Amino acid sequence: MSIVFYVIAALSVAGALAAVLLKNTVHCALALTVAFAGLALMFLELDAQFAGFAQILIYIGAVAILVVFAILLTRGSETPKDTVYSRNWIVGLVTAAAIFAMLGWAVLRSAPALPHESAAPSVTVMDIGNALMGRYVLPLEIVALLLTAALIGAVIVAMHEKESAK
Amino acid sequence: MNPLTGYLLVAALLFAIGLAGALTRRNAILVLIGIELMLNAANLNLIAFWRYGPHPQALTGQPDPLTGMMFAIFSIAVAAAEAAVGLGLVIQIHRHAHTTDLDAMNRMKG
Repeated sequence: MSIVFYVIAALSVAGALAAVLLKNTVHCALALTVAFAGLALMFLELDAQFAGFAQILIYIGAVAILVVFAILLTRGSETPKDTVYSRNWIVGLVTAAAIFAMLGWAVLRSAPALPHESAAPSVTVMDIGNALMGRYVLPLEIVALLLTAALIGAVIVAMHEKESAK
Repeated sequence: MNPLTGYLLVAALLFAIGLAGALTRRNAILVLIGIELMLNAANLNLIAFWRYGPHPQALTGQPDPLTGMMFAIFSIAVAAAEAAVGLGLVIQIHRHAHTTDLDAMNRMKG
């Protein structure tokens, strides 16, 4: 474990914690961007260059901007006067803590059996492109269809004002 | 320590944070942020196993060295579609009910 890993992990976890804990919704969106950037750095650290840059482009470039737009359109930046947490927040917190305890226990128990390949897989972007056009062409087409459907669906859902408004 | 263990623990922590955010926040947008964090934690697991797992040669009928990476890339694409539709739904609900407070959304009938 290198020092770089610890720094990036601390950055991601701090961003994620801030994203779910801060009161102001806009601050949450900015903290979410920090968490996404930390995860992108972690992908780069794992020798997954394409996934890292895709993470930067898609999450920081698109999803974070989308979240900010949604916050502006819903006037969610107005911090509510009372609590920002749900009525039964304690149940959610206990559930999340229990799931983390279970996952951490499983990871630590299976640590000796985990694979540890020291050599990084030699995968270039050209290999990824060839595989996307060859072996993975059917999933690629399905994702293309899904993205088209999501694009049209999101526009229709968000655009439709009222029947009487016409 | 095995490096894979560290990445898996970070992913588990991010997943738990995202789950806690999705379950405890009132604002629907914050719930979507929590879901995005959980999806990202799953992606981190995929990439970490791809990096540290065994890499079989690209023979026919065997998993090639790209499988984990491809899984993560498709997962990122699906997550982007999910975010677009989810935020569109939140905007529409806000137009209809004038709130994004999930505790206030207790009617199915408009």
